[in-house]
Amino acid sequence: MIAVWIIIGIVAFLLVLFIAIYNSLVGRRNEVKNSWAQIDVQLKRRHDLIPNLVETVKGYMKHERETLEAVTNARNLAQQVASSGAGVRAKAEGELSSALSRLLAVVENYPDLKANQNFLALQEELTSTENKISFSRQYYNDSVLRYNNQTQMFPSNIIANMTGFKASEFFEVTVATEKEAPKVSFTQ
Amino acid sequence: MWEQIRSNRIRSVMLVVGLGTVLVLLGYFLGLYFFGSSIGGLVIALAVWAIMSLFAYFQGDGLLLTMSGARKINRDDHPRLYNVVEEMKIASGLEKMPEIYIIDDPALNAFATGRDPNRAAVAITSGLLQKLNRDELQGVIGHEISHIKNRDVLLMAMCSVLLGTIVILAWYGSRFLILGGATGSRRKSSSGGGGQAQIIVLAVALVFMILAPIMAQLIYFAISRKREYLADASSALYTRYPEGLASALEKLGASTGQLKSANQATAPMYIINPFHKEGIKASDLSSTHPPISERIHILRAMAGAAFSDYDRAYRQIHQGGKGIMPATARATTGVVPLAAMKPKARLEEPDEVQRARETSDVMWRLNNYKAITCNCGTRLRVPPRFKEPKITCPHCGRTNLV
Repeated sequence: MIAVWIIIGIVAFLLVLFIAIYNSLVGRRNEVKNSWAQIDVQLKRRHDLIPNLVETVKGYMKHERETLEAVTNARNLAQQVASSGAGVRAKAEGELSSALSRLLAVVENYPDLKANQNFLALQEELTSTENKISFSRQYYNDSVLRYNNQTQMFPSNIIANMTGFKASEFFEVTVATEKEAPKVSFTQ
Repeated sequence: MWEQIRSNRIRSVMLVVGLGTVLVLLGYFLGLYFFGSSIGGLVIALAVWAIMSLFAYFQGDGLLLTMSGARKINRDDHPRLYNVVEEMKIASGLEKMPEIYIIDDPALNAFATGRDPNRAAVAITSGLLQKLNRDELQGVIGHEISHIKNRDVLLMAMCSVLLGTIVILAWYGSRFLILGGATGSRRKSSSGGGGQAQIIVLAVALVFMILAPIMAQLIYFAISRKREYLADASSALYTRYPEGLASALEKLGASTGQLKSANQATAPMYIINPFHKEGIKASDLSSTHPPISERIHILRAMAGAAFSDYDRAYRQIHQGGKGIMPATARATTGVVPLAAMKPKARLEEPDEVQRARETSDVMWRLNNYKAITCNCGTRLRVPPRFKEPKITCPHCGRTNLV
């Protein structure tokens, strides 16, 4: 009789453990999804800012047509691949970042721009969006690390394998220039 | 990060239980002293505590903000502040954007409030807002956001209610003792009973009444200080740039102004202790907060941005002492590199004069002043009380429509 109760106790304990681990796996996976969505929001925001920026800057920059076109093209390309995989996207966004930083580097030569309120506001938005992209990537990678740890560590890995939780990919920076947010400076 | 919050929660719960025990013991001895039975004292103690907790729970958030005269701002009022808060919200993984308030006060300080992360707010004084550059502001906001994320606000509110109850009970207890306490003890001595045992109980009660508030305060400060270290470490982790917070703390520490609207109970919510003496530097006088100079030293000694780096830096400064971060917290984050050092003042950033103008513009607008730019270039500020349809420019004499 006692043996039966012990077995029931063990089974109940295992069941509770299973439920707890399963739920925390689901929670972690959702966190990964949510933080990916956050990166998405910020990348979109950057795409939306660029036409405005180009429009504002165009009047001042008569001799920088190529630089401006490069930004617009990179932005359009990044927008086209917005629904593809992380690798392709990271590359396109990297191109966009470097085109942007080239543009903001030549801004130096146009001191009038610095007095333009519209441009200053856009610049603050752009700086902040770059920050938000890197912070959301930072948080995404942190949550991927937590999730992956749980899918690979004992004993949660058993349940993860049984119920089909697969490790997630990190969002790595593929283009060297993406590592640096565009630096804007007005040294004359 | 969750593991660290959990293990911190266990420690905090122990400290809160400690505070609660002090309260119960105080009630017990008060009852014994004045009513001859412990029950009455316990009931009074718990009733006072319950009323104060309810009040704090439902009114606390709004109260703190109202008391400090904070004004809520939107994105358009101050885009940079709003953006920085949003950046830290993303970095910390907070789900909801906290509300942002500005306190019109030249003193330098900031605080976070809200009993749960979904109805949180951060407030910053206008003085601090104009003093800090973007990186420093990020560090300070990161510190406040981590108070929200780690649920320090609720914890500190609970503790301050317990502390408040203990102080009130001990205060009234000792007043009754001086004024009319004799009745209680006379009743007890006339009822005969234990004699010597009675006197011992009375003596213990008396000593306890004096010691309880002091003990409670010490526990309170211990909790509060631990939370400050944790918030500093989290801010460094979020921003990956401890130098930002360190240099902000340097500015905060050098300030001499006192915040008008703070009080003892709300002190731990601020980024630095608002009660440093007028005219004396803010650093190293605080008790709810660790010394500012020490916080700066730790932040600057960090080799990476992880909790383990903060812990290592802490132990480096407290030679041979125990660390400040629980072991589980140190294990959760792997190797986290720091961001590259940034120049103090970047050219694209508004300098202090521009920031001062920007901040005062926000304050004028929040107070419903209208700004009119006259053709001669003068900016007129029209107070909301001004009802005339036209105003004459005092500079050039032109008439402007309001």
